[in-house]
Amino acid sequence: MSDTLNVINVGLSSFADAVTGAGGQAINVNWRPPADGDIDVGNALAGLVNNQIIDAANRIAFDKYLNAQPVLEGIGRAGDVLPSMGERTILHAGPPIDWQEVCKPVHGAIIGAILYEGWASDEKTATELLKSGEVTIDPCHHHSAVGPMAGITSPSMPVLIVTNTTDGNKAFTNLNEGLGKVLRFGANSEDVIKRLKWMQTTLADVLNAALSSAEGIDVKTIMAQALYMGDEVHNRNAAATGLLLKQLVPHALRAKMDADDVATAIEFIAGNDHFFLNVSMAACKAMLDAAHGVSNSSMVTAMARNGVEFGIRVSGCGDQWFTTPAPIVDGLYFPGYSIEDAAPDLGDSAITETAGIGGFAMAASPAIVQFVGGTPADAIARSKEMLPITLGRNNALTIPALNFNGTAAGIDIRKVVDTGIQPIINTGIAHKDAGVGQIGAGITRAPMACFTKAVLALAKGISA
Amino acid sequence: MKSQQKILPNIYRDSVALMQISSKLCDLPGVIQASAIMATAANIELLLEAGLIKKAIEPAPNDLLIAIQGDDDKSIAVAFDQAEEKLNEAPSTTSNGNAAALAPQSIEMALDEFPEAQLALISCPGEYAGAEAKKALQLGLDVMIFSDNVSFEDERALKELAIDLDKLVMGPDCGTAILNGVPLGFANVVAKGDIGIVAASGTGLQQVSCLVDQLGAGISQAIGTGGRDLNAKIGGLSMLKGILTLSQDSDTKVIVLVSKPPSSEIAEKVLAEASTCGKPVVVNFLGADLATLKGENIYPVETLEEAAHTAAQLSKEDTPSSGPLPRHSVKPAEIKKIAQTLSDSQKYVRGLYSGGTFSYEAMLLLDQEIGPMNSSSPLNAEHKLNDIWSSTGNTIIDLGDDLFTRGRPHPMIDHRLRNDRILQEAEDPETAVILLDVVIGHGSHNDPAGEMVASIKTARKAANKIGNNPAFVTFVCGTHGDPQNFAAQENKLRDAGAIVLESNAQAVRLTSDILLAVGETK
Repeated sequence: MSDTLNVINVGLSSFADAVTGAGGQAINVNWRPPADGDIDVGNALAGLVNNQIIDAANRIAFDKYLNAQPVLEGIGRAGDVLPSMGERTILHAGPPIDWQEVCKPVHGAIIGAILYEGWASDEKTATELLKSGEVTIDPCHHHSAVGPMAGITSPSMPVLIVTNTTDGNKAFTNLNEGLGKVLRFGANSEDVIKRLKWMQTTLADVLNAALSSAEGIDVKTIMAQALYMGDEVHNRNAAATGLLLKQLVPHALRAKMDADDVATAIEFIAGNDHFFLNVSMAACKAMLDAAHGVSNSSMVTAMARNGVEFGIRVSGCGDQWFTTPAPIVDGLYFPGYSIEDAAPDLGDSAITETAGIGGFAMAASPAIVQFVGGTPADAIARSKEMLPITLGRNNALTIPALNFNGTAAGIDIRKVVDTGIQPIINTGIAHKDAGVGQIGAGITRAPMACFTKAVLALAKGISA
Repeated sequence: MKSQQKILPNIYRDSVALMQISSKLCDLPGVIQASAIMATAANIELLLEAGLIKKAIEPAPNDLLIAIQGDDDKSIAVAFDQAEEKLNEAPSTTSNGNAAALAPQSIEMALDEFPEAQLALISCPGEYAGAEAKKALQLGLDVMIFSDNVSFEDERALKELAIDLDKLVMGPDCGTAILNGVPLGFANVVAKGDIGIVAASGTGLQQVSCLVDQLGAGISQAIGTGGRDLNAKIGGLSMLKGILTLSQDSDTKVIVLVSKPPSSEIAEKVLAEASTCGKPVVVNFLGADLATLKGENIYPVETLEEAAHTAAQLSKEDTPSSGPLPRHSVKPAEIKKIAQTLSDSQKYVRGLYSGGTFSYEAMLLLDQEIGPMNSSSPLNAEHKLNDIWSSTGNTIIDLGDDLFTRGRPHPMIDHRLRNDRILQEAEDPETAVILLDVVIGHGSHNDPAGEMVASIKTARKAANKIGNNPAFVTFVCGTHGDPQNFAAQENKLRDAGAIVLESNAQAVRLTSDILLAVGETK
């Protein structure tokens, strides 16, 4: 036996003092009951810690995620390119939900999409279509897609196509409409529909021409560069949008299209610092879908909210969602608005945190830290806090403020439940009423209940 | 002189980071010049001008290009390896300063931070302790579970898992251990030596280790198993593992086992393991018929004190002690004097213990010499107190028992409960001897004697008021190395008029002698 003793102390901290007093070494665990004190979950979790089967599965899933190379290849019509979408389905953000249950911004956006498609000419008729079941709604995630906020995507809408060239899987997302009265916040007025139509025709055509001339644009590289330029690529995309535009412009100009159309399209993108958000989300989706479906893996492959529920998906748990009521975000509100006006957390954009950017890369984005009420030191602390709940670092996405270390990535449900550290999410806050738009932004945490449910399900699968 | 280049697709690094890597590559032996750079058209131009590459290559701005000019293939290959290593390595784990390190929030996190850890000491609430212990075992740690309230099933499962993983589980409800000279939980500061202990009793382990220390010997390892380990449902798995561990430990010469007597089946297993372990094993199964504790290398003993003495002898001289130990150091005349100062009504002992094993040992010894003791947890159910809060006849109670501690701190930490009871017993005209244990060491109150002397004085006054003068008999379980100062503790008790002996067995036997003298004189 050795002549010293190194102890991990769980519980009474004074026991550690006795150890160090006698020349041993001790480290205190800042212990709280795991799984919010649920003993059954705690016991299930204990069986999964350092489990070789899960660890091996996670190595596969994490490598798939790391090795994925998302390339923005072009624009397609949603109904044509999204797997099994059909012509009468409207996709929404977050986990599955009945159309009657959706929050007001999502309801407004669904109506807007029906009007945009021309399936009905007013809200009343549109609602009938939903009632009759003639028009159905389904999560974006069930069709390899993601969408910010309401995430509403209908068959005629143009979608960005991102291909993971490593594995060949594709991910899709609608195009970002900008801020203000927009469909993703539930607005469905004539202006909104008109803009969507212009995006469907002019913007989509210009983008398609430019992208085909560029023969695809590597998205991960733009993300990596943007992290060095003050974006965390979820709530701040100013640099990334600029970088994307820099690559698109020469190709757009060469496309021999109507100069005015090209100029309007470029202006539209240049005028919307969030344009890259959707690109980033689709790239994250492509990377995480590559990691999805590895048996027994405890890696989270999606976090998403529909404005009523927050849900996660786990690589080793197939198509299951683990859901719980979506939290209200206690963030900073624009003048005239308060937490009273906020809709519960909404949107697929937490796919960025799932992929290790956004809130996980907060340290890259001092500007946005201020926006959400913290200091740069807080941002660094938050990014570091995510390391213990992840499978590793993504060394393709590094952060100067973390001494050029990669971002923490690959959330492990076991570690979340064991440490009590909930994944951090940077998010915009939607008004609870349709069409008002964004009323603030803040930092929220993925609810623990999603992870405890997932741990129980994974444990069941492992023991079976 | 040779030049080679390599493209790493889709890796982006900032130019500053790349310049640093480049300069490190240039410092390598046999490297003439080197560059790691993003493969943009401009950068390729630069490399051409520098002569690092011979002809233009297709620009690929998302790819990283490493170009190296060196003396020979080997130097270049080494440089490429270095470059890739540098690109993949985590630059530094320390931050740039202002963000504080996060305290570990799980055993796994703590182990990441402190990979040298060998043991997890778990004292969280019992309903969570089993899960924490399981995680610790799976992470490759030995475990001590101080917590109680772990189910039999969980305890058994943990100990079976530990066998599979070749790890040690001490507990649940393991109050004390000493590993590699480091005290864990409620443990004393004892000298290092060659006596190893495996004990199912916390205070038993403390008593033996302290007496060993006082006898000038020392402890190699003192392993606690938890009080239920030798229960048939658990099967003595930790004790068996403990014996095995000590038999393989080159620092251990003599082994001491301490437990209440297990079932014959478990006893057989333990004794079989002990007698074949290749080292002398002193066995103290409190209350067991010594004739049943047979086997090669087995030295059965009756008391904890005897266990310590026998072990110390074996440690020093390779032979066990010859003849019985003295009962105690108090002279017969002195005992007679004490008996004479008692009034006619004073006939009984009132043992107020904080250590369960001390209480149990007292009942065993007094049962032989005086007769059955009433108790909250008696040797025989028919002597159970109707009301544990009130003594009748000869009474020995363990105030550390759950029956008394519900909602209260343990009497080794908080003396109020026992102080109240001391006064209560003194006011009882039938109380002849108040028998007390004093346990010091890590985890215990920082001045237990100080807490007790005030109440002893008050109790004596109250007794004097009704014409009584009970004897206070006590001992301090501890060592001179303990933080409380052993000598000062003894002196405080003596100054308050208590008779202070060396061990529980001595204190009990003196009590017995006083009661017998009372019988003779009256």
